[in-house]
Amino acid sequence: MIAVGPLPSNTKDQSFVQIRKAGKTYRSKRGDVAALKDINLDIAMSEFVSVLGPSGCGKSTLLRCLAGLDHPTSGEILIGGQKVHSPPDGLGVVFQRDVLLEWRTVIENVLLPVEVNRMNRREWEPKALQLLDLLGLRGFEGRHPWELSGGMRQRVSICRALLMNPTLLLMDEPFGALDAMTRDDLNVELQRVWMADEKTVFFVTHSITEAIFLADRVVVMSPSPGQIADIINVDLPRPRDLAIRETPEFGLLSRRARTLFQEMGVIRGGRGDKLRVAS
Amino acid sequence: MMQNIASNRPAMIAAVIVGFFLVWELACDLLHVPNYFLPPPSAIFKEFLTAPDWYLQQCLYTLLTTMLGFGAAFAVGLIAAIGITYSKILENTLYTLLVSLNSVPKIALAPLFIIWLGTGVNSKVAVSFLIALFSIVIDTVLGLRSADPDALDLLKTMHGSPMQALIKIRIPTALPHMFAGMKISISLALVGAIAGEFVASQEGLGWVILSAQGMFQTTRVFAAIILLGVMGTVLFFLVDIAERLVCPWHVSHRTAEAKAMAQAH
Repeated sequence: MIAVGPLPSNTKDQSFVQIRKAGKTYRSKRGDVAALKDINLDIAMSEFVSVLGPSGCGKSTLLRCLAGLDHPTSGEILIGGQKVHSPPDGLGVVFQRDVLLEWRTVIENVLLPVEVNRMNRREWEPKALQLLDLLGLRGFEGRHPWELSGGMRQRVSICRALLMNPTLLLMDEPFGALDAMTRDDLNVELQRVWMADEKTVFFVTHSITEAIFLADRVVVMSPSPGQIADIINVDLPRPRDLAIRETPEFGLLSRRARTLFQEMGVIRGGRGDKLRVAS
Repeated sequence: MMQNIASNRPAMIAAVIVGFFLVWELACDLLHVPNYFLPPPSAIFKEFLTAPDWYLQQCLYTLLTTMLGFGAAFAVGLIAAIGITYSKILENTLYTLLVSLNSVPKIALAPLFIIWLGTGVNSKVAVSFLIALFSIVIDTVLGLRSADPDALDLLKTMHGSPMQALIKIRIPTALPHMFAGMKISISLALVGAIAGEFVASQEGLGWVILSAQGMFQTTRVFAAIILLGVMGTVLFFLVDIAERLVCPWHVSHRTAEAKAMAQAH
């Protein structure tokens, strides 16, 4: 595919994240289970990479390895040239569940990383308010999480991840638990936030549309063991609006991803594959 | 009218209590029940008025025992629970020991404490402490363990220390569980205090009950029992109020859930 977008990946700094032959095998009583096998992936600085795959393809395990919360049993992972043993510096993480602390107000939740790092809360408060404003949460800083909708809660957790200006943002199916409309809305919002200062983003999802819409590159993974099946370059111009999903270019990309999953047998109903109803 | 009372919880409770005493009073009167068997509430109230200062003094003694026992159970229970949560060795030893000890009726240990600690307040506090301890430890361990693993992971990615994980995540998560345990254990602490007084004492409501019973002063027995009831209720609601102050997020969660449930039905 020819790079025609405004941000072709080859102009960015090479290999901020380097994943070299990473594998992860879990020991169980019924023998070893390979969750990840032979993952090779370079991610450039400021690149937005979506990792797309069905449940159980090891995409979340890969994210946990990048976060230093889990460790590959073979191969290695380098971030900024440093091998990852424990959570690296400059990390922002968003999980599928918002993981807000119920006993803290919105602003207190956003300021958690400042508090944990024993830094001055007062100095960071304007930044926190600015982020809340950016994500449309102005006026909600004094509320408690239980007073917010699911979409708003996830926005708060994104603010918390962005607060200390991370160089690498890891997102593990962050919009997976939200309804389709809120999800669309947050996709647009995330793109806007990302375009403001282009952090390196590693975004795990099982939605083909979401993966393509957001990313510079989509890493397609196949299950058991988790392997990279294909890497799709997304050279669609930015900013992208939701209507881009109906364009032929977008359709071509999503067809390519879908075909891969059909070949893996993850999605049925492909060409030559009769639709069957499980009895 | 009835609807109004039914929807107003405090009024409802007051109506039930007043009604209960009214039925009691009338039953004693109409059935000519002798006072030594079951005195009517009016006689009990008169008995209390003969020596209110003395009754209050006995109340305070029992209250002091209960609070000391409960306070010690809370402090020791919290530390033990933290230890059990973090140390596999403590979990295998202390926790196992506590669970097996709990199947021994602790009131049975009261005479032993008299031997060890004498007939003063210490032995009663010890019984009260022991009987109150268990539910605090169990519920606090449960609470500390129920911390969200994602939240703990998140803190790790922020380079948070295990101490911060304890203070910022585990303990706040455990608080609602701890209060559930405290509500049980405050009542049990009172049971322990009375049990201690039953075995050997010269003071306290337990001693009042036991000595009055020996002289067939049933009215006095009832006066002490009613005071115990009031004390137990007040202590329980004090813990409830503390819960509302300390973890409002949980209480409001609960009421929101209750409202949703009510609407669903």
